[in-house]
Amino acid sequence: MREITYAQAIKEALAEEMRCDENVVVLGEDVGILGGNFRATAGLYQEFGEKRVLDTPISESGIIGCAVGLAMAGFRPVAELMFGDFVCTAMDQIVNQAAKIRYMSGGKLSVPLVIRTNIGAGRSSAAQHSQSLHAWFCHTPGLKVIMPSSPYEVKGLLKSAIRDEDPVMIFEHKGMYNKKGEVPEEEYTISIGNADIKREGKDVTIIATSSMVKESMIVADRLKEEDIKVEVIDLRTLVPMDKTTIINSVKKTGRLVIVDEGVKQAGITAEIAVMVTEEVFDFLDGPIERVANENTPIPFSPPLEEFVRPTQEKIYQAVKKILK
Amino acid sequence: MKLSKEKLVEMLRKMLEIRCFEEAIYYVYAQGWMPGLAHLYIGQEAIAVGVCENLKKDDYITSTHRGHGHLIAKGGDLNKMMAEVMGKVTGYCKGKGGSMHIAAPELGIMGANGIVGGSIPIATGLGLSSKLEKDSRVTICFFGEGASNQGAFHEGLNMGSLWKLPIVYVCENNLYAISVSQQRSQNIEDVATRAKAYGIPGEIVDGNDVLAVYEVAQKAINHAREGKGSTLIECKTYRWGGHHVGDPGTAYRPPKEVKLWKDKCPIKGFKFSLIKRKILTQTEIDNIENEIKQRVDKAIEFARKSSYPAPEEALDDIFAK
Ligand SMILES: Cc1ncc(C[n+]2csc(CCOP(=O)(O)OP(=O)(O)O)c2C)c(N)n1
Repeated sequence: MREITYAQAIKEALAEEMRCDENVVVLGEDVGILGGNFRATAGLYQEFGEKRVLDTPISESGIIGCAVGLAMAGFRPVAELMFGDFVCTAMDQIVNQAAKIRYMSGGKLSVPLVIRTNIGAGRSSAAQHSQSLHAWFCHTPGLKVIMPSSPYEVKGLLKSAIRDEDPVMIFEHKGMYNKKGEVPEEEYTISIGNADIKREGKDVTIIATSSMVKESMIVADRLKEEDIKVEVIDLRTLVPMDKTTIINSVKKTGRLVIVDEGVKQAGITAEIAVMVTEEVFDFLDGPIERVANENTPIPFSPPLEEFVRPTQEKIYQAVKKILK
Repeated sequence: MKLSKEKLVEMLRKMLEIRCFEEAIYYVYAQGWMPGLAHLYIGQEAIAVGVCENLKKDDYITSTHRGHGHLIAKGGDLNKMMAEVMGKVTGYCKGKGGSMHIAAPELGIMGANGIVGGSIPIATGLGLSSKLEKDSRVTICFFGEGASNQGAFHEGLNMGSLWKLPIVYVCENNLYAISVSQQRSQNIEDVATRAKAYGIPGEIVDGNDVLAVYEVAQKAINHAREGKGSTLIECKTYRWGGHHVGDPGTAYRPPKEVKLWKDKCPIKGFKFSLIKRKILTQTEIDNIENEIKQRVDKAIEFARKSSYPAPEEALDDIFAK
């Protein structure tokens, strides 16, 4: 199969949806002439023009607010927040507005909006350009939250997000934009709300998000050599969460490691762990292990950053610990 | 305006120091000695220097992602800056902050900022502290024209003007916010006209003319110190390079425009006038440049020889000890 980068997969999804639905518009900082800070909208401005691909001022609250208004009026805006950290300057429009409008209006108003942003440290970008803030939005009913782990995932999930009737936050990964992966030429979508079993195994379940899926697969390879069969689940969607796939896997393996790049405290790993104990406590053969970022801001200096991030070694150790 | 010879030479020296430091950063980046990215100040030197030469040590400044120039102009130490940019423990923030987050409160440098517009309300708060404590400090808030499109700009200026705070908001209009030109991001020609909305003076100045910047800033700073309130100064300028060291800056700017602005080099023009006025000779200028070059080389050496912080230090400084 052909291989394209994560950024190219995003661009393809946007272009395909824009071609078949003229209500789809793209807006954000530097998404037009530059083609996006991470090149994920490259070529769209040239193909669709400035009426459908809008370079905006540096006004995140304005960008998301405008997108909400457009969506309420029947458009399908895809707004980009260049770095995940900049959700902070748009927070009211995301949390108090976009997420609540359908509910407050008793279902009369819709906000079919997609917010594309990202997570990921490891680039020495320091504390204001490295955060993985996806868990915040799981705490806000009314938002769907997706985290694509590869070019294939991002294309299929983004297309579904654009067709969705509700606000969807899609957290891409900065470290993956220029990484290649197999993506079919033919059209496809991936439905929101389904996890994907990336590898079957009977000894331990690893549930991972975003780039941690690949890291976990590498660890699973290493453990295979020790005759430990790891089941790796790509969560794909945080809200709504595919509880069935998780529960069935835990019932089979009895052991669970959860891996996510957000900080550990009050993170998505905690939510999954509690959900599992609520649903299938009796099937667990031991405590659940969580691998996440240390509870620190992301430091600039490389050795510090390496220290706080979830790594293959930390995932490996977590699996070993749980099997002891 | 009549300025002493020492003052004029000091201004040139500071501008050269910034230029030389920034060229060194580019070199260090190209060598792979620096992690991450840095946003260079080359082309805008006259603004930081023209403004900060009016300040006292305990006056506050807030800075931006493009902050090295502000820090040097406010007295930042080249060794500690270079070490920070390289992520070393001897840096201003022990390697935790990097290029975009250098803070040196002992010099009144209350932090650079990675969030565009993020420092504007903070500067307003620093100004409020001076008013409440009657400490006669002035706060300088540096930011770009792109930042003037953030809500934080409008909220910060509204409060600063409402409470007549001793703040000078210095907008460095270098015509581009990453790839988006000013024309494509706001419906006005001059950011300074926004001052009117807040009932404070709005000044426009040639940001490549250090003496012009000095004069306008002096007036605004005096105004602030006398308790008369804030001023918005817009400095018209240009960044020579791309948005950061990894951006050639050619995809969205016509080469002609870049050349036009390079011809208006703030340093070249100032050197020329100092020679013409017989304040310095070419040889004296060469000597100053050599001396600065050596200091910058030493800063690189210092930073390279310094060690990285121990990994566990990542867990410190989240809260007070
Ligand atoms: C809140 C926020 N939005 C977007 C960015 C990304 N960004 C970094 S610098 C920049 C352009 C800033 O333009 P301007 O304020 O004019 O300063 P300049 O870079 O021209 O010095 C942008 C969009 C950011 N760092 N923070």
